[in-house]
This record gives sequence, C-alpha cells and structure tokens, in this order.
Amino acid sequence: MEILALFIKFALLYGIVLMLVALGGMFSERSGIINIALEGIMVIGAMAGVVASIDLAGAGLFVKVAGSILAAGVAGMVYAFLLAFASVSLKADQTIGGTALNILATAIAMVIAKRVNSSTGKISDSARLVYSYEGFVYNIGGVTVNIFFIVGIVLLVLSYVILYKTRLGLRLRACGEHPQAADSLGINVYKMRYIGVLISGFLGGIGGLAYILPANPNWDFKYGIAGMGFLALAVMIFGQWKPFKIFFAAMFFAVFKSLADIADSIPLLSSLRWPKEIYNMMPFIASMIVLALTSGKSRAPKAEGIPYDKGQR
Amino acid sequence: MKRRILSGLNTILAALICVFIGLLLGFIILVVFSWSSLASKGDPYTFGKVIEQAWSLGFQRILLGGFYQLNWKIPPGNQALRSEIAKVAPLLLCGLSVGFAFKTGLFNIGAAGQYTIGAFGAYVFALVLGMPWWVCLIASMLFGAVWGAIPGFFKAYFNINEVITSIMFNWIGLYMANTIMYGNGSGVMYNALESKNWKLSIKNPGAIIPDLDVDSSIKFADKSTFVKAFTNPATIGVFIAIAVAIVVFIILNKTVFGYELKACGYSKTAAKYAGINEKRNIILSMAIAGALAGLGAGLYYLTGTEQWNPQENKALPAMGFDGISVALLASSNPIGTIFSAIFKSHIATGGPKMEKTLFPSEIADVISGAIIYLCAFMLLFKNKLAKLLGRLFLSGDAPKGGVK
Repeated sequence: MEILALFIKFALLYGIVLMLVALGGMFSERSGIINIALEGIMVIGAMAGVVASIDLAGAGLFVKVAGSILAAGVAGMVYAFLLAFASVSLKADQTIGGTALNILATAIAMVIAKRVNSSTGKISDSARLVYSYEGFVYNIGGVTVNIFFIVGIVLLVLSYVILYKTRLGLRLRACGEHPQAADSLGINVYKMRYIGVLISGFLGGIGGLAYILPANPNWDFKYGIAGMGFLALAVMIFGQWKPFKIFFAAMFFAVFKSLADIADSIPLLSSLRWPKEIYNMMPFIASMIVLALTSGKSRAPKAEGIPYDKGQR
Repeated sequence: MKRRILSGLNTILAALICVFIGLLLGFIILVVFSWSSLASKGDPYTFGKVIEQAWSLGFQRILLGGFYQLNWKIPPGNQALRSEIAKVAPLLLCGLSVGFAFKTGLFNIGAAGQYTIGAFGAYVFALVLGMPWWVCLIASMLFGAVWGAIPGFFKAYFNINEVITSIMFNWIGLYMANTIMYGNGSGVMYNALESKNWKLSIKNPGAIIPDLDVDSSIKFADKSTFVKAFTNPATIGVFIAIAVAIVVFIILNKTVFGYELKACGYSKTAAKYAGINEKRNIILSMAIAGALAGLGAGLYYLTGTEQWNPQENKALPAMGFDGISVALLASSNPIGTIFSAIFKSHIATGGPKMEKTLFPSEIADVISGAIIYLCAFMLLFKNKLAKLLGRLFLSGDAPKGGVK
C-alpha cells in the first residue's frame, strides 16, 4: 500500500510536469513554430518561481503559492518571446534559435541564482537555491498530492477548450496547417504564432516550477532541468499534438520515470539490484521505441518549422 | 572571384557583429553587477567607478582569457593558457561534428552524447585493455561513430527527425556510460578512493597523448616559450584537431564523396534521382559527425589531467553543446571553426578569472549563449551586409537578394 502511495506520488508529479510542458509545446507547434526551447523555458520558469517563493515566504501561503506559479508562467512567457521574435519576426531557423535559448537558459539561471545567494554584496559560489515547499504539497489519506495536480488538470481542460472550442484556437490551428490560406482569410499569421509561442512559454514555465519545487527542498541550477523538456517533446509527439492524448502519453512516460525513484521499495525490483541509471534510461528508450512505431502515422502540423513569409507565393 | 571573396568577407563580418553584440551584452551585465555591489556597500560611488570596476575586475579578464596574469618563468604561471589551448581540441572537434552535419543538411544536437560515448570508448581501451594512446583515440572515434549512426539510422529508415533521436540518445548514452564506468562503485575503471575514474598516469601512462615536451630531461626554464606553452595538459592534441579540420574541409569541398553528402543535404529527393544512395549517406554523415565528436572526447580525456567522474557527471557534457555555438559562429566552415573554437575557449577560460565575489563566472556562458542566439539570425545580418558590400564594391552588378 505504501509503495502504491509512493508510486502514485511520483507518477503524478512527473506526469503533470510532462503534460504541462507538452501542452505548451503543442500550442507552439499547432501554430507552426517548433519549440525545442522548452527545456530552457522550464529552467527560466523554475528559477523565477523559486525566487518568487523565497521572496514571498513572509506573505500568506496563498499569496506565496499563487505568486510563484504566476512568476514562473510569466518568466516562461518572457523567455519564449525571444524564440517568437527570432523565429516569427526575423524568420530565423527555429531549431537553432531554440537550441541557443536552451544553452543560454542554464547560464542565466546560474547567474541569477548566484546573485540571489549573495550576502552583504558578495556573490555566492553556489547556484543551489534552498526553499520551502510548504503550501505546495498536501497529504490526503496517505497519498502526497501537490498543488500542481489541480493546476495541471485545470490547464488541461482549459487548453482543450481554447484549442477546439474558441475562435482563437481555430485560427491558431489554421496557421500551423496552412498559413497562406489563413492569411488569405484575413488572419494575422504572425500574431497567431506569437500567441502560440507565448502560451507555450507560460505552460512551460509553470511546468519547470512543478518539476523542481514539490519534490526537492533545494535545487542546484547547475543541472538545469535534467532533460525533462526534451522528454516533454517526445510526449507531445506520442500524444499526436492533441490535449487528452498528451495527458495519457505523459502518464505513460511518468510511470517509467517514477520507477527510478521507487525501485528500492519494490521487493522484486530491488532484488535485481539494478543501478538507478537503468531506470533513468527507461523513459528515453521507451520514447525511442514508441517514436519508431508511430512514425508512420505522424499527425504533425503541416507547416511547422517553416517560417511564414507574407510576400512568398 | 571578386564575388566569392566578398561573400567570404561578408560571413566573417556577420560573425564579428554577433561576437561584438554578445560581448557588449556581457559588459552591460557586468556593469549592473558592479553597480549593485557598490550600491549595497552604502559608500558614495560615481558612474565612472562602476564602469572602472566592471572593466578592470571583470571584462578585461574575460578578454585576456588565458593570458591573464601570464608568467612564463614560473611553471604554474601559464597553467591557464595551457588549459585554454587544451580545451581548443575538443571544442574544435565538437564544432566540426555539428558543422559537418549542418553541411549535409542534418542538425547534430547529439554531439554531447557522442562525446560521452567517445570518452567511454577511450577509457575502456586505456584502462581495461591497456592500449597505447593512438589505439584509444581510434576507439573513441569508433564509439562516437556508432552513437552518431543510430540517429542517422532512425532518420533514414523510420523518418524520425534526427534532433529528437539525438537528444534521446544523449541521455541514454550518458546514463549507460556512467553506469558501466561506476559499476556500483566497483567498476574496473572507477577509483573509489578518488571517486573518479582512474588517473591514466597510474594505470596506463602509455595511453596519455604525448606532448611537445619530448625530452623531459631538459629543465623547464631552458626551453623556448613556444614549447612551454604546449606542454601538458596541452598535448599534440590541438595539432591533431587542426589537421582533422583541414581534412574535413578537403572532404567536403574537394571530393565526390563530400559532394554526394552535401547533395543529400540540399535535397534528398533530387539526390536520390541522381542515383545517390540517400539512406546510406544520411547514416554515413551522422556516423562521421559522431566520430568527430568522439575523437574530441578522446583528445581531451587522454591528456592525463582530466578525469571523468561518473557520479558527478549527471548533466550532459557542455562540450557537445558548445560545439553547436562553435559551428554556428563559423557558419559551419571547417577552417572558420578553428578560429571560433579558439575564441570560445578563450572566453570560457576568462570567465572564472573574474573577481568571484563580484561577478558570477557564468556571465562568460551568457555571452557565448547570446552569441549563438544572434547566430540564429545571422542570415539576416548577412543579407543586409551583402547589399551594403555589393553597393560599395560591385557597383551596378550586385545580384538581387544579396550574395548567398
């Protein structure tokens, strides 16, 4: 029973993170922009959220929780703006721009974390931020649930509604499939793509915070976000760019990912004495197999990765 | 001919603009940090003092890199310069790896994983099999090539984007290499006392790449300054790396094989129509890119001073991603990569030389990160510059749309 509780805790933790970030990637890609910068957006969002939670530690619990989640989302948006600017306005190569932002993110996060750690005008040598997850984590009937579970479900439903039930969603999808046709009907393709990337930044930023805050009492930003953003990209592809499929894909990956954390408590697995790295490898290997099997019927947005040029025929 | 020179000049100028803006941004960040430290002390300060502090304790040291506090007379005095030179070899090869893939239409974001597996290969042959250094180097190349070929295979036969596959195999490679090397604390390659891999000098001195310090009986001070700069940890590795860059340049530009690989990059279908085996070429391109990154790791970890730490290395080696910046800055030109690798190594050496209590050393990484971001829209600079240069030098016959 205890194992099951632990399993649910970690599966939910990773599942919600992967789902949030993959939903972010979905909004960007449905509008036609490949968002490989999700990893970097997560780092920046996590950093901003953690710093906010440290700063708001004195204020009430609700202010602290809401404030840090909002800070993470907004920081992610600001960072994603850099991607939108490069790939929409300047028509730069989206993969290269995104990779640059990934590399830049860890450096920025370390500089800021060291600045936050500084005391009496002296910059610290460590980028490890210490914080409290009080208010983010609750124990309900022996199962640890964190606040991001609720946030995640709300955002999932909201994403579905926005994408399929609103005018904005329809226009966004049109820009990812056939921007020329969308443009001919008077839709501003550039604006739609900006919106797609910015929503993606908001969700990615919150996802970053959701990954590091509820599970660890401190985090060294030297490690960035340890590949979660890239895993979320695989989740998005496995989820065929659709909200609820992404949810199930995220849970599927989360089960593999959480095995690393609970293997010691399961008698059968602990008797194998496999090193932790084997379990860490599993979600990546699983995603490779899944990608190889599903590659034939990929539902990728048709215009993704191609910069839209109004003057081009 | 005139147009070709102009196009080359144009590329160099665009790269220099990226570098300049990146450095400027770094300087602005330093000024902010300098200002906030002075403000927090509460003493009166002037704008001049803020700038002066940012320059002398920060920016100047980044610019000097390994030359900061250089002293030829006392051996540790040139340690920084030697480690700067030692880092050029892996940076250059990772840059060549990414650049080679770019030239053949592929984005090799997997250099980090190929680098890891290359290091693993070098260690297996050096510590387990006790081979001499050149065998270990070949091993690192072969291991890297295999790791590069896998995403190529998935691309060729399953049509999965090499970016996503490479990223997955980066992590798989990292976890795999670390697990085997660590071996639950009792791995053959793992020295539990130091909690790192064994030092080559203890286990197998023959695996250390020779340095220019050919006759070690001569006293250090008696040698010319040039030789001194290249003694351990800067081995002949950097010369091997430069030679490889030239070979890659020749393969890409002067051989049929290189032409076929590039043709696949421009248009897979057109290449297929012309009778080129496009599946084989995609796999080959990625394998060569992987071999280059793997060799980079071999050249770095076989210097004998660097030790892999399977427990500490939980993040992917930055070298692989630095390779992307090195390649982009050089517009994937193998010869240009030599210079961008030197530049990158120079800046990275300078970062930690800054006054630690005032400026985080990662500001150097922010500078190079900003430079790659700018490189992403270098084409824009290039087109603007091409128009300008064309107007200046080719009055009248400048082609529409700029020099490509």
